[in-house]
Amino acid sequence: MSWMPALALAGLITFATRLSFIALLGRVETPPLLTRALRFVPPAVLSAIIFPELLVKDGALRLGLGNARLVAGVIAAAVAWRTRNVLLTIAVGMGALWILQAVLPR
Amino acid sequence: MSGSAGRDPVYVSRMSPNPSTLTRRREFLWGCRDELPILLGVAPFGMIYGLLAIGAGLPASISQAMSAVVFAGSAQFIAAQLIREGAPAAVVVVTVFVVNLRHALYSASVAPYLKPLNRKWKAILAYLLTDEAYAVAVTRYVRDGDRTDVSPFRHWYFLGVGLTLWVSWQCSTAVGVFVGARVPESWSLDFTLPLTFIALVFPALRSGAAVASALSAGVLAVVALALPYKLGLLLAAVVGIAVGLAVEARRS
Repeated sequence: MSWMPALALAGLITFATRLSFIALLGRVETPPLLTRALRFVPPAVLSAIIFPELLVKDGALRLGLGNARLVAGVIAAAVAWRTRNVLLTIAVGMGALWILQAVLPR
Repeated sequence: MSGSAGRDPVYVSRMSPNPSTLTRRREFLWGCRDELPILLGVAPFGMIYGLLAIGAGLPASISQAMSAVVFAGSAQFIAAQLIREGAPAAVVVVTVFVVNLRHALYSASVAPYLKPLNRKWKAILAYLLTDEAYAVAVTRYVRDGDRTDVSPFRHWYFLGVGLTLWVSWQCSTAVGVFVGARVPESWSLDFTLPLTFIALVFPALRSGAAVASALSAGVLAVVALALPYKLGLLLAAVVGIAVGLAVEARRS
C-alpha cells in the first residue's frame, strides 16, 4: 500500500499543532496540566520504543547475555549516561553489536 | 571580534543590535549563522533517519517526502519504525500527533512575537517551527526582551534560522536514503534507532518523576507488544505520562 496519504495527514496535523497558538494570536494560555504532561512525553515515548527493541526478539522476551542487542544497548546506555553524546552513543552501540554478533552463536 | 562590535551588527551575536542598521537581508543571514552550530547534531540525525527509513522498507521517494511533509525528526523515526512493524496508517498518524504535541507549547511561546505578522508569514514560520529552530529563535526574542526599539524585521531572522535547518534536514535525509539503499541488512543499521533514542532519553530523565515515567512506559511497552494494531507504544506512552504526573503530584 502507499503510505503517502497517511504521511500527508500526519504532516498536516503536525503543521496544525505548530500553527495552533500562533493563529490564536497568543490570546489563549496553554492549560497548566497540558504543559506538565508534555514534559513527560520524551521519557515515556523514548523508553516505550527502546525497551521492546532491546528485550524482545521474534515475539519472545530475551533477558540473557546471549541477546546481542540487549548487551550492546546497555553498553550504549552507559556511554549516553556518562557523556550525553549522541554520535558517540550510536558509534559505541553499533560497534558493540557488530562485535557481539560476530562472537555470539546465532 | 570585539574590535568590530558596534560597527557590524552581523557579528554582534550575543547582543541585540541597533535596529536602524538591520535590514531584512542582514536579519535573515544572522538567523542562518546562529543556526549553523546546531546543524552539527542535526545532519547526522537526518542521515540516520534516511538510512532507517530505507531499512524499514519505505521507498526512497516516500522516505524523502516524509522529511518535507512531516519535518519532525523524532516523529519521523517513530513513523518509520511503526511502518516497518506493519502498523495500520491510523496508528502511525495518531502516534505522530502525540509525539509532536510538544510543538503546541512552542507555538504558544512564540505566538506573542508573531502577532503583528500577516497570515502568510505565520503559516511559513509555523511550518518551520521545529525543536531546533524554536530553541534558536526564541533565544533571540527573549534576548530582545521588552525593548521597544527592536528591529521590525525579526521574522526574517526566524526565517533564516528555520530555512537553514530545513535545507540541511532535506540534504542529510537524501544522503542517508542514497547510502541506505546500498547497505546490506547484515549491518543491522535498524539498531541505530534504539541507540539514538537511548542517547536522547538520558537528558530527559531530570527528575524521579521522569524516571518513573520512563520505566513504567518501557515495561508496559514490552508487556503490551502483542496488542493488535501496534497500539502498545501509544498505550505505554499515555500510561507513562500519567505515571510521571502522579509521581510529581505526590512529591509536591
